[in-house]
Amino acid sequence: MSKFAKKKDAGLPAVNTASLPDIVFMLLFFFMTVTVMKDSSLKVENTLPNASETKKLEKKDRVIYIYVGKPTSQYKAQFGEEARIQLNDKFSSPNEVGDYILSERAKKPQEIQNVLTTALKVDRNANMGLIADIKAQLRKVNALKVNYTTYDGDAFNNLQ
Amino acid sequence: MSRRGGPAEVNAGSMADIAFLLLIFFLVTTTIETDAGLDRMLPPIEPPTEKPPVIKEKNIFTVNINRNGQLLVEEELIDIKKLRERAMAFLDNGGAPSGTPEYCSYCKGKRLSDSSDNPAKAIISLKNDRETKYSTYITVQNELVGAYNELRNREAQRLYRRDFTDMEAEYLNPETDASRKEDLKEKVKRIQELFPQKLSEAETGSTN
Repeated sequence: MSKFAKKKDAGLPAVNTASLPDIVFMLLFFFMTVTVMKDSSLKVENTLPNASETKKLEKKDRVIYIYVGKPTSQYKAQFGEEARIQLNDKFSSPNEVGDYILSERAKKPQEIQNVLTTALKVDRNANMGLIADIKAQLRKVNALKVNYTTYDGDAFNNLQ
Repeated sequence: MSRRGGPAEVNAGSMADIAFLLLIFFLVTTTIETDAGLDRMLPPIEPPTEKPPVIKEKNIFTVNINRNGQLLVEEELIDIKKLRERAMAFLDNGGAPSGTPEYCSYCKGKRLSDSSDNPAKAIISLKNDRETKYSTYITVQNELVGAYNELRNREAQRLYRRDFTDMEAEYLNPETDASRKEDLKEKVKRIQELFPQKLSEAETGSTN
């Protein structure tokens, strides 16, 4: 009997943490592989509107992005308060959109040049006039497939 | 006393800490985002010589958005929340009398003679002001696409016991395998033909 009594005195053995680094590394590699670093920094305000009938934008290599919105506070002095277009890393006027689309299209491989989508990331407070100008330019260079990028949500939230 | 049993072991106890640090960095910077939005096709620029086709007035559903975000639908000021309902009633009307080639057998609308003949003929014409806010425009677009989707879902449920939006999402998903895609393609196409999306956008008018 005394043998059993002795064992009780020893207390709980420490949990073996030797495999902890392995687990953490596994997680680390997961996040390292799925991370996408942003390639262009936004110079415009970009709060997208909400919509519920959205479709996902698959295949990121087939998408050309156009950002529209008011310049952020650090660019306000230089570019004013009106909504502007941002292409790649610089502010542009509406009639530069066509050339931008053509040059981006030329960078893509031949076989996907006809199936490109233009994603319009437009701030909810922008005016339709600017969008109409962009659309006219897109029609001119025959980039007819557009995607108005939105957040998922109730579309009526836009009206407030 | 120096050990003779070989080189001293490196203490790996802090490895977990370093790994955690890196893990937290990547956790914070990661944005697993897939962009989503409303897909639209712009109309191609028509050659100027071509005459526009003649369309009956009753087959056009006009939506006008003014600079204050108010909606004029078929010459009538309505609330934006009623837009989907009105658009669906118009598309689903099926006003052509039975026996004519344009008769719509699957429509469940009121079959009014002064509204659209057939979903294939029905056109929604959207017009907006240059001063209209983008968010209002997106709401209207969303409601109109929603109207089409609801009607398409209804038909897809009737024919295939499955939502159209669901089928389309699976069809567009790059991970779906080819044989399934082939099967879905036909179904999606059939539903799209029942309610083709004909949404025309006029050039934006200047401020009125």
